[in-house]
Amino acid sequence: MSDVEPWAMRWQIRGDRAACHEVIDLVQSALTNADLGDTVAFAVRLALEEALANAVRHGHIGDESRTIEVFAEISSCSVRLEVADEGTGFDPSSVPDPTADENLTIASGRGLSLIRAFMTDVKVVPPGNRIVMNYIP
Amino acid sequence: MTNQWNHIQVSHEGGIVLVCLLDKHILDELTIREIGEELDQVLADAPSPHVVLDFSDVEHLSSSALGMLITLNSRLQDRDGGLCLVNVGEPIGEVFRITRLDRVLSSVSDLAEARAILLGDE
Repeated sequence: MSDVEPWAMRWQIRGDRAACHEVIDLVQSALTNADLGDTVAFAVRLALEEALANAVRHGHIGDESRTIEVFAEISSCSVRLEVADEGTGFDPSSVPDPTADENLTIASGRGLSLIRAFMTDVKVVPPGNRIVMNYIP
Repeated sequence: MTNQWNHIQVSHEGGIVLVCLLDKHILDELTIREIGEELDQVLADAPSPHVVLDFSDVEHLSSSALGMLITLNSRLQDRDGGLCLVNVGEPIGEVFRITRLDRVLSSVSDLAEARAILLGDE
């Protein structure tokens, strides 16, 4: 890993595909500049994609005109992401475990589970419309 | 062999429908929906319900894409067929293991092995 200046940015975006991709691309570029490696890049991209998708699909019930707040902070030793939507939130303990035998063939409900698996530390902030994700290589 | 699709390349090989996924990133809802629609059309015309999905070019996969694969697998099983994945690299393989979908979706190293699983060939 190289020792580069920490990079941080905050966005308020519409929850549409173009705006989400613009943020994802900027974060990917910052990850490349920080030289954190492919494993980190994969984990962070997956987490950000899933968090944004959850914000639009569940937080905003598919309404792409509503605003999503995104924060990203990347240094040579850590990555921090925050995604907040305008929805009413949810209780993460109410999400069925997608890895339970009885849920393996259900087609949805794996986003949060993947985020938790690939990021080091994940917190859903009450009332559940903000997710904070940290990756520490 | 035909390639009339935007996201997949399709060939038919001895009772198997071989579908190569052409996108490196199968992440966003629109791409996944379009892949699903293309697969729907392929399966509507296909004489065989045995499908091999080639992941050689795929570098990223989202939970929505996993959902599409589960739905495809269920539909093929309803037709007494099946789905088999080939050339799943890392870290995509880790996604399947973490979600335990490696218990639902067969993943093998090559087409011959996939054919053996789907058709019972030696």
